[in-house]
Amino acid sequence: MAYADDVENEELHEPTGFIWKYVWSQDHKVIAIQYSTTAILVGLVALVLSGMMRMQIGFPGSIDMDSTAYYQAMTMHGMIMVIYLLTAIFLGGFGNYLIPLMVGARDMVFPFVNMLSFWFYLVSVLVLLASFFVPGGPTGAGWTLYPPQAITAGTPGSEWGIILMLVSLIIFIIAATMGGLNYVTTVLQARTHGMTMFRMPLTVWGIFVATILALLAFPALFVSGVMMLLDQTIGTSFFMPDMMQFGSQLDYSGGSPILFQHLFWFFGHPEVYIVALPAFGLVSDLISIHARRSIFGYRMMVWAIVSIGVLSFVVWAHHMYVSGMNPYFGFFFATTTLVIAVPTALKVYNWLLTLWRGNIHLTVPMLYSLAFIVTFLVGGLTGLFLGNVVVDIPLSDTYFVVAHFHMVMGVAPILVVFGSIYHWYPKMTGRMLHDGIGKLHFWITFLGTYLIYFPMHYLGFLGMPRRYYAYEDYPFIPESAQSLNAFITVVAIVVGISQLLFLFNLAYSYFKGAPSGGNPWRATSLEWLTPETPPKHGNWGTSLPVVHRWAYDYGVPGAESDYVPQTTSPEEVPVHESDHDE
Amino acid sequence: MTFAVILVAIVVVSVLFHFLSPWQATPLASNWGSIDTTITITLVITGIFFVAIVLFMAYCVYKYKALPGRRSEYRPENKKLEWWLIGITTVAICALLAPGLIVYNDFVHVPPNAVEFEAVGEQWRWSYRLPGKDKTFGRTSVTRIDENNAFGIDPSDAAGQDDVLIAGNQMHVLINQPTKALLRSKDVLHDFYVPQFRAKMDLIPGQVTYFWFTPTVLGTFDILCAEYCGIGHYNMRGQVVVDDASSYQKWLSSQVTFADVLSGGTVEGLVDQGQRLASSRGCIACHSIDGGPSLGPGWLDLYGRQETLSDGSQVKVDGPYLIESVVDPAAKIVAGYPPVMVAYEMSDEQLDSLVAYIASLSSDPENSTSIQPSTEE
Repeated sequence: MAYADDVENEELHEPTGFIWKYVWSQDHKVIAIQYSTTAILVGLVALVLSGMMRMQIGFPGSIDMDSTAYYQAMTMHGMIMVIYLLTAIFLGGFGNYLIPLMVGARDMVFPFVNMLSFWFYLVSVLVLLASFFVPGGPTGAGWTLYPPQAITAGTPGSEWGIILMLVSLIIFIIAATMGGLNYVTTVLQARTHGMTMFRMPLTVWGIFVATILALLAFPALFVSGVMMLLDQTIGTSFFMPDMMQFGSQLDYSGGSPILFQHLFWFFGHPEVYIVALPAFGLVSDLISIHARRSIFGYRMMVWAIVSIGVLSFVVWAHHMYVSGMNPYFGFFFATTTLVIAVPTALKVYNWLLTLWRGNIHLTVPMLYSLAFIVTFLVGGLTGLFLGNVVVDIPLSDTYFVVAHFHMVMGVAPILVVFGSIYHWYPKMTGRMLHDGIGKLHFWITFLGTYLIYFPMHYLGFLGMPRRYYAYEDYPFIPESAQSLNAFITVVAIVVGISQLLFLFNLAYSYFKGAPSGGNPWRATSLEWLTPETPPKHGNWGTSLPVVHRWAYDYGVPGAESDYVPQTTSPEEVPVHESDHDE
Repeated sequence: MTFAVILVAIVVVSVLFHFLSPWQATPLASNWGSIDTTITITLVITGIFFVAIVLFMAYCVYKYKALPGRRSEYRPENKKLEWWLIGITTVAICALLAPGLIVYNDFVHVPPNAVEFEAVGEQWRWSYRLPGKDKTFGRTSVTRIDENNAFGIDPSDAAGQDDVLIAGNQMHVLINQPTKALLRSKDVLHDFYVPQFRAKMDLIPGQVTYFWFTPTVLGTFDILCAEYCGIGHYNMRGQVVVDDASSYQKWLSSQVTFADVLSGGTVEGLVDQGQRLASSRGCIACHSIDGGPSLGPGWLDLYGRQETLSDGSQVKVDGPYLIESVVDPAAKIVAGYPPVMVAYEMSDEQLDSLVAYIASLSSDPENSTSIQPSTEE
């Protein structure tokens, strides 16, 4: 491979000095940690906001929060979690750290652009957080930012808050694009000797396809953000029809609010998979490694990722069944949405079949992976309610939706984030995370989130609408619903506080964790085979690794060990690729 | 072992919760029992998959737990098994989709004998219109809305003259009569949602949306806004009353038409002017007039009362205070209410009429007799 030859002949320019090594760093590993740390910190803000919201719902009036503050907290919680935490940590964090290591590259192909990507991301976060301090506070438009209410009086932060939100999103998209071009190009161009596409770990496949989705979907959000910004600041009418408010005519004419919804969800649905596909990839690797078994149906898994990625662009209007779009669209979008369940279900089956006849080690990463399957299963199955247009009609805009999407794209991916951090922390630091704290954190988080979100679906069946600051004097809601809400709040607060265990573990183990060695999980993929742990600048020392087999040779018959690293030559252990390749 | 037991427990508890949960759908009051049936079908099919998959996982975790010296089976693929699983899943998906699309086909096809009404949403209240004897709605435009034409009906359109206008939050419909709701918004997105009817649909400014239902149970039901519409969203209440034929006729005969409103022309007293102003400028969306909960202070018995402000000081509600609260709402905020009201521009006459109207809602005779136009104070 031409790239690999070139790289081996190039000299390594190791950066010197603290600033160039850790601040203005172009090393993908440092950038990954910068991305992840920022994402986790801003995610904590969103976690606190959700606790405040739950207090208001579970124990109305218990904290000093009016409806303005409630809607601001709701909006910022949603946007931070989806964009600034999950998207950033999967692509900017895991993508950055793992892609070059897993494909055997020295770094991303455009390290300088990669560095810029992080700094743009950091600026976008700062702009977002700045909106807490502007007159009127942050926007309370809901994370979907639907016009006209996002930019008209009657919605919190409709003057300054919404402007900062849109500007922040625009900067974020620039950051994601710079990062994304890097990830895609690195996967396509910088794989080492012998690393064919169909020998790549599924983690790389998941992030690779998710990045392509991001590059195609984010522009829709970008343009709609710019258009709304123009509507708000200079009075264009892209999304603003003839309308009035509080008895006065507004100076808008001829725009279409529903156009924004189409643009938003053309981005917003692939966004779900921008988060989910990396999680699928990561969890596939965790399950295979900790069950000591080759991933079941590797090629089917790859095609499932690819077909989910393609289909994710033709399902967006299932978010709009009751939006007032042409109702005949419902037939098409219900069909495409339910079709996407087939490759998704296949992934679940293959994870289970990887466990079947495996040799399952219930390590902390494995516990998180198994919890992911349960959580994702519930979230996926409830998606079949909401995707099937007529079933969605009574459930849309109720707590059923809140429970569904928190299960499927909130909790499930976060469980993968936790599992993956437990899994790769030793490679990043050379130390293991503390096992006991990890298990305690795991049980509280897994069972807690299940207790929060499983019963919440039933509030949706009942008909409780979401995005309500209070539920006083609605006779159809029984008092017991308030008791359930109080229960959910108590569990949510416990789960929220227990996240401190995780943060403590990260800090404690960095100094006191047991030394891990280079390959504590006895894994096959390249990142565990670096000459040093943590890997040095350039990753591979003097020569790039040479790959002879796929990443899933666990339990190979006749091999001495129960795992065969990807670099092991066919002379040592024969390659069984007739089973799974060509 | 522990993990496998917990997985089994999750299945058992979840299934028990489903059957024992007191939180089920509100009793149905429309023809959309078929929607409930599709939910049941979905619950059964997804429930089977949930139970089977989690139990299989528990079995694997129990049976294949790591043992010293154990090796996993090396079998990267089993094409036949995978295609079988894809096949079974596809069949299940079709079993969900087919009944869903059949019922949805009913949902999008409004029966020809359906009668129409229009619901108009604005932050944060509802009003309604019926097409009148000619069964045709008059043309509307949001740009025509003013104090005397809250629905923005084109006065030159003959079809609009007999349109029946219902300014309050309460609408009446006829039992067992297929009914098509036409939905229109003056400002932002809203959603017309009656949980007992199951069906719902968004209101979009600039276009008319619709859905249909047949009410099947007499009674009064809440209309909720189900599409986030700003700080008062949770409090955008309406009611729909399902009547039998005689009470429906009785209710209908007491409503006014657009022609009545036009010929009503000038309003007599200051109080009536104020009432009309409060309605047309949307004041009563946030200030209840019947003592019900509302986003801002309710107006019933407000005039003459001592109110505690957010800074702890006291104020007596009188003309100058009320006027200040309209033109500069942020100046004095009553404790317990969010500082969200926007400033309104009104003429002195309008302000006086509004004060007179608010005072008229006060039952204390001393206060209501002492009303003086603000210009004299």
